[in-house]
Amino acid sequence: MIELREVTKRWQGFALESIDLEVAEGEYLVVLGPSAAGKTLLLEMVAGLHSPDAGRIVIDGVDGRRLPPERRRVGFVYQDYALFPHLTVLENVAFGARFGQGLAREDASRTVHELLARVGVTDLADRSPMTLSGGERQRVALARALAAKPRVLLLDEPLSALDQTTRDELRALLRSIHRNTGVTVVHVTHDRSEAASLADRVAVMMEGRLVQTGTVEGVFSRPTTEAVARFVGVENRLEGTITEVGEHTLTVRVGEKELAASRTDRHTVDDKVRVYLRPENVTLLKRKPKSSARNQLPATVTSVEPLGHVQKVELDCGFTLVALVTPRSVEELGLVKGASVVASFKATAVHLLPY
Amino acid sequence: MRGRLDRAFGGVLWLGLAAALLLVMLPLTTMIWGQITGDWPRLLATAVEDAVVSSILLTMYCAAVATVIAMAFGLPAAYLLARYEFTGKELVESVLDVPVVIPHTVAGIALLTVLGRHGLIGAPLADIITFVDALPGAVAAMLFVSFPFFVNAAREGIAAVDPRLENVARTLGATRLEAVTLVTLPLAARSVLSGAVMTWARGVSEFGAVVIIAYYPMIAPTLIYERYIGHGLVASRPVAVTLILICLTVFLTMRVLSRRLFTYDRAP
Repeated sequence: MIELREVTKRWQGFALESIDLEVAEGEYLVVLGPSAAGKTLLLEMVAGLHSPDAGRIVIDGVDGRRLPPERRRVGFVYQDYALFPHLTVLENVAFGARFGQGLAREDASRTVHELLARVGVTDLADRSPMTLSGGERQRVALARALAAKPRVLLLDEPLSALDQTTRDELRALLRSIHRNTGVTVVHVTHDRSEAASLADRVAVMMEGRLVQTGTVEGVFSRPTTEAVARFVGVENRLEGTITEVGEHTLTVRVGEKELAASRTDRHTVDDKVRVYLRPENVTLLKRKPKSSARNQLPATVTSVEPLGHVQKVELDCGFTLVALVTPRSVEELGLVKGASVVASFKATAVHLLPY
Repeated sequence: MRGRLDRAFGGVLWLGLAAALLLVMLPLTTMIWGQITGDWPRLLATAVEDAVVSSILLTMYCAAVATVIAMAFGLPAAYLLARYEFTGKELVESVLDVPVVIPHTVAGIALLTVLGRHGLIGAPLADIITFVDALPGAVAAMLFVSFPFFVNAAREGIAAVDPRLENVARTLGATRLEAVTLVTLPLAARSVLSGAVMTWARGVSEFGAVVIIAYYPMIAPTLIYERYIGHGLVASRPVAVTLILICLTVFLTMRVLSRRLFTYDRAP
């Protein structure tokens, strides 16, 4: 549906370097990256608002150079909504119906009211956008983009400026719009929880380059670089040496401890490796369990930090290990500084990269 | 100590404003008040004198035509300057501001050179339009000196409109022209209108350039000058007061309207 081939662009201090990306029809792709990574520029290029310095963008098999923005059938929703302040909510949405679909007044009116109902802002139709809350504005911006019947919805940090409750509601709305309309979505964000909850596929972008693409599970648990690991929240980043290569597992020495990891053909004995383990994949127990987890390390709690619905527990098990557990587990296991526990995780949760 | 400094700072601000007002108001109010209290009947007689009324109307008409022309050329120029970066942009902006910084008699001589019967533009157009001592000359002079006011105001107004609004309009299916005319210009309308009012007002007040290229037909500032040279303050002051009262009324009305209209960006 959308193909970017070796796309390079420099614009106002931002730079995209050799971007290769394909987005399939009906896919929900989240482009995840820190601020100033070039994410918005990428979206604006897909929308046809900038031309590549090199490379090409193909939309539905047509070279983007022959498609001005108004003929691409892409809907764009900015972080700060970009509603037309001189038009009412209804007129904003009607703008999309009128120009995007070329609807006559009566048909446009029906479409607009259906969309306002779908995003839950029917009663705001005659209001000025300036009088709406952030969440309401974002709903209107979505309705306006959908009114043009786009084949692709480009969302630029659409939830970043909203409070948590509104963000949760709009996440649900985005999911429902995607499911019900089948529209292809490219959504850029720096929020990994947004990516985790919405994406069919994630593309990680850093300093103008796409550094990794894959499923949420693939990118979050098996980052391909240290920078990606850091950005997607892999808090356990260790260094080790391969000591044994078995039939199904590898043994890695980290400090004085040995960890089991799934075998790959990339590593041999004595290789130095980086060891990655998501804190969500570490389970804490009172004593050694009879579970299938290959790694069970006696540990001492060094700190417990509340993070809202989970708590971050730092452990000393010969090296520093971080686990995320529920407040209930903290209470049941008596996790206070100095408490003794067993940290347990599967070999498949341990991801290795060459050092 | 801190409170005293704050009060002193506030005092300096108000003092500055008072000085600025005094600078503008003192000569004008003295002249108007002097005329009203000193020779009220002559003011009334002047206000209905045919030559005075027609020259004031002519002045306002010429300034209005100059403003319309300034808008026709100035809007595209302002849009280009507000939205695009190009080599030599700063030079272009400086050139457009030149009429503000040169003496207006110099502007008149420059215009006469170009628009005169043997000028670069005046000569080939001689059979179609005459500028010297004709209404088009007065319009051209007003346009020359007031054009920067319109371009600068419109450029600032357009630059203040988030370009992403145009981007969104285009992704919704609007062409570039539709996006500009339906989104950007309505949002910049207050600045555009304000620039037009300033352009008109500057045109009305122009004398130096007009008097050189088009002494006739006589616009109000030229009439005031002629009466001052010929008959002194007694004859020229009533015309000046009449012009000021009429033009200030029109200017202030348009200024207030332009500020109250198109206030989309202000939350209620």
